[in-house]
Order: sequence, then structure tokens, then C-alpha cells
Amino acid sequence: MRKNVTCIVCPLGCRIRIVHSKDAIQRIEDYQCEKGKDYAVQEIFNPVRTLTTTMMVRNGQLPLVSVKTSKPVPKDRIFDIMDTIAGLELEAPLAIGEILVEDILGLNANIVATKHVKRI
Amino acid sequence: MDKRTVDVAVIGGGPAGLAAAAAAKREGAGEVLIIERDERLGGILNQCIHEGFGLEIFKEALTGPEYAQRYINEVRSLGISIMLNSMVIELNSDRELIVSNEDGIHKILTKAVVLAMGCRERTRGAIGIPGSRPAGIFKAGEAQHFINIMDRMVGRKVVILGSGDIGLIMARRLVLEGAEVPAVVEIMPYCGGLLRNRVQCLEDFDIPLLLNHTVVDIKGGERVESVTVARVDENQNPIKRTKKTIECDTLLLSVGLIPENELSRMAGIALDEKTGGAVVDEHLMTSCDGIFACGNVLVVHDIVDFVTKDAEKAGKNAAMYSKKKLIDEPDIPVIPGLGIRFVVPQFISTEEVEIYMRVMEPGSYKKIVFRDGKRIVKTKKLKYVSPPEMIRLRLRKQEIGNAKKLSVAVE
Repeated sequence: MRKNVTCIVCPLGCRIRIVHSKDAIQRIEDYQCEKGKDYAVQEIFNPVRTLTTTMMVRNGQLPLVSVKTSKPVPKDRIFDIMDTIAGLELEAPLAIGEILVEDILGLNANIVATKHVKRI
Repeated sequence: MDKRTVDVAVIGGGPAGLAAAAAAKREGAGEVLIIERDERLGGILNQCIHEGFGLEIFKEALTGPEYAQRYINEVRSLGISIMLNSMVIELNSDRELIVSNEDGIHKILTKAVVLAMGCRERTRGAIGIPGSRPAGIFKAGEAQHFINIMDRMVGRKVVILGSGDIGLIMARRLVLEGAEVPAVVEIMPYCGGLLRNRVQCLEDFDIPLLLNHTVVDIKGGERVESVTVARVDENQNPIKRTKKTIECDTLLLSVGLIPENELSRMAGIALDEKTGGAVVDEHLMTSCDGIFACGNVLVVHDIVDFVTKDAEKAGKNAAMYSKKKLIDEPDIPVIPGLGIRFVVPQFISTEEVEIYMRVMEPGSYKKIVFRDGKRIVKTKKLKYVSPPEMIRLRLRKQEIGNAKKLSVAVE
């Protein structure tokens, strides 16, 4: 398989070209540093992102609390997490750093509040 | 009208105002007062729920609200006075403020003032898009407020004009919330936002970025029904035969930010037409003695960490001014030369100073060259330069020497 990865390690933004099989890199070109090479390999086999979004709050000064995953999660599970937490409603007050959902979808990451929401 | 005296008044309680107030207090200023028109501190960070803030200062990727909370905690623990829901409606060059809030109108006398009012978004009117005037046209940051703070979705199929960071962040946010983003349209030949955002907001979600394109028409009655986009030529004029229609119910505009300097103008502070902010010296003091400026009201930054660093400098100097300890030195002008859009500060002294600038166009393997007449004062090689990424360079005392007037160019 062929894939191009835009490196985000530095502003140079190399378009790194990769040819790979299911579990091995066969060819990797157009990178300018080792960090960039590592990033591209990670992007091929295990791309992860921190998800940031909001969740609904009852009886809060705000109708939403901003949240994030406590660590990066596989990129292809982002929409599964969105679907799961869309149905949940939390009760104010909420504190920044509070764990709102433990071990979301068994991904070994928690959903954590990123702001305080006072109760009204 | 009641009257009150404070040592340092900070106008605005966003990231710049918070850091300036904290730095002023730590420097030993007497009473420090933050005046904020919103009902809470934190400014725009409250709605910037994505992460990536703090990489420079804290070496970790915080979300906007988390970054703000660190400074809110500090401001509270330092015993800084705070007026919320309060709007400064007048400022004069004697550093007197008139503030309006639900208790009435108040006069505030100060020894020093820090301007930290931030910036606001350019509107459809400012860029003159023709067409009808249906509902469904928002500024990107306005839509961000609706979605992230008020729990109101802005549309189902959303075209975004402008690839600045807010536009890119909103493209991802809309897709996560179930909307479709058929295109981000950018008139320039390059993306207006940071590389990281282009990759993680657009490429991750297969959102097309149409460079060298703009919106030439908006159609719709009650609600937006479609927009017409066209490729532009090298003079940014739309090419008729390239017109195509994109069906959508919403158009977001992410077409630039304007420093909010109405109060600065009222006080007679000199503004730089390139930055839209005040002309400042190495202390970040404006042309009015004792009035300092920092953050996005001074110059639109791309990264909040640098807003904080600016603001700490302005706050510290405001505190020193309030104690009559700030020494004013002769000013050396710094002029933007070839390929440089602006330089801040516009005046420096002979002391070491940090200078920021933006280039006019992207390029790789460039040199930033400072000159005093023909003498080369400093050369810095950069692997990559790009207009969205502000360049920050330090000029040392021995480099400045006895320069009379500096110019800076990209070569």
C-alpha cells in the first residue's frame, strides 16, 4: 500500500511518501529528520488523537461542559466515542479535571472535564 | 459618578489581561484591577475547547479552558480586583477610565493602564461578498460560541470561507458534531492556519481545501441554499468560467481578525496601520505615557503562549511605571523592509529585546536580516517561513550597538 503523510513535527511540513504492507514499512522517502520518520511510521500503524468535545449538563450555569480524552485514542474510534457520549447528560456542579466517563469503550482513556461548571 | 483610584488597570480579562494583571501584581504594584465585559474571565479561551495551548510555556497540550483556568487561579490567589460585566466606555491620555456596569457609571483614576481588549472577527461586509442576505451566515468564532458554549448547532452542510486557524478548527468541530463540510475555501495560494491544524482538522477528515478560490455569490431566501465559488487569478480576481455552485445551508467566515482599538483611538494613541494595533516601544508602552498594550489588541498572534509572554512584559512594565521606576531610553525605530509585513515593537532601545514579525509569503531556506543603514546587525537563517507563523527573534545589546534606525528584511 502507498500512503502520503504530512509531517507536523516542524513547520517544514514534509510530504513523506511511504510504501507499506499490513505490518511493515517497505519504503519511506522525502523525510528530512528521524523525528519525522518516526511520526510517519506511527501515522501508518497506529494514528492516535486526543478528542476534545462537549457533553450536556443539567442544572449548570452553562448547558455544556468541555471535555477531552485523558490520553490520545485511536483515530478511527473518534466517532464511536462521540456517539457514546452524545446520549449522556451530567449533573452540575462539575470540576475541571473531574473524570466523567471511565475507560471509554475500553480504550484505556477517561473522559475528563476541561472546565468548571457551577450549579445554578 | 463614583470615583476610584487604582495603581494598574487592565482592560480585558482574556489571556492577555490575566497574565498582565498577574505579572503587575508580582512586580509589586499596589491595587491591580481587571475590567472584563463578559460575565466570566478567560475571554475567547472559554470557547476554544480544542487542545494545543501551552506547548511553549507548560510543555503540554492544554485545552483553551484549562489554559485560562491556570491564570484565573493565579489572579485570584494574588488578590487582584476584578470587575465583571463591566465595559470601559472611555479612556483618555491621562489614564482616566469611565466604566459602565449594572451599578452605574464609574470613574477610575490609574497610575498605569494595560490594554488587553483582544480582537474581533472581520464580517461579510468587510470583504464585500455579493448575493442575497439569508440566515445562515456566521463568523467562525461566533459559530464556535454557539456550538461550544450555548449548545446550538449552526447548520448541517457548512462551507467555510478562509483557512485561518479558527476556520480549520471549526471544520473539524462541525464534522464531529455531525455536519458535512463540503469545502474550506481560501483565496490565497497557501493555507492561512498552522500546519498542525491543516493536517489534524482537514486531512484527518478528508475535508477539501480549495486554495486560490473564493466565494463570489450567496444564494437563498430565508436560509442559505448555496454558495458559488470560483478560482481567482494572480490579482485575486475571480475567473468566471471556473464558477461552481456548492449546495449548503450555512457559510462560515474565517477571514481575519481586527484588533479592537476603539478605546486606544479615543485616548489618542498612535496606531500602526500594518498591525492594526498600537505603536509600542521595547516596554510595550504606547505613544501615551503609562498606557501599555499586549496580546491581540497589539498584534494578532497565532499562539496564546506568546500572548501570555507579551502580556507579562506589559504588566511588569506597567507596575514599574506605576512606581515611577520605568526608565525611558532613547528610541531606535525598527522598520519592516522587503518581504516583511510588520515588526513589533516599532521602537527599541539599546537593551536586548525580542522582536516579532510576519513575512508576506511562504518560503524555505530564507534569511532574516537586520540592518542599520548598510551595516548588517544580525542575520538569522530559517529553514522555513510562512505568513501564519509569527517569527520571534532576540536582538542582543552588542548587536544593536549604537544603531540609529534598523530595518529588517527577508532574503
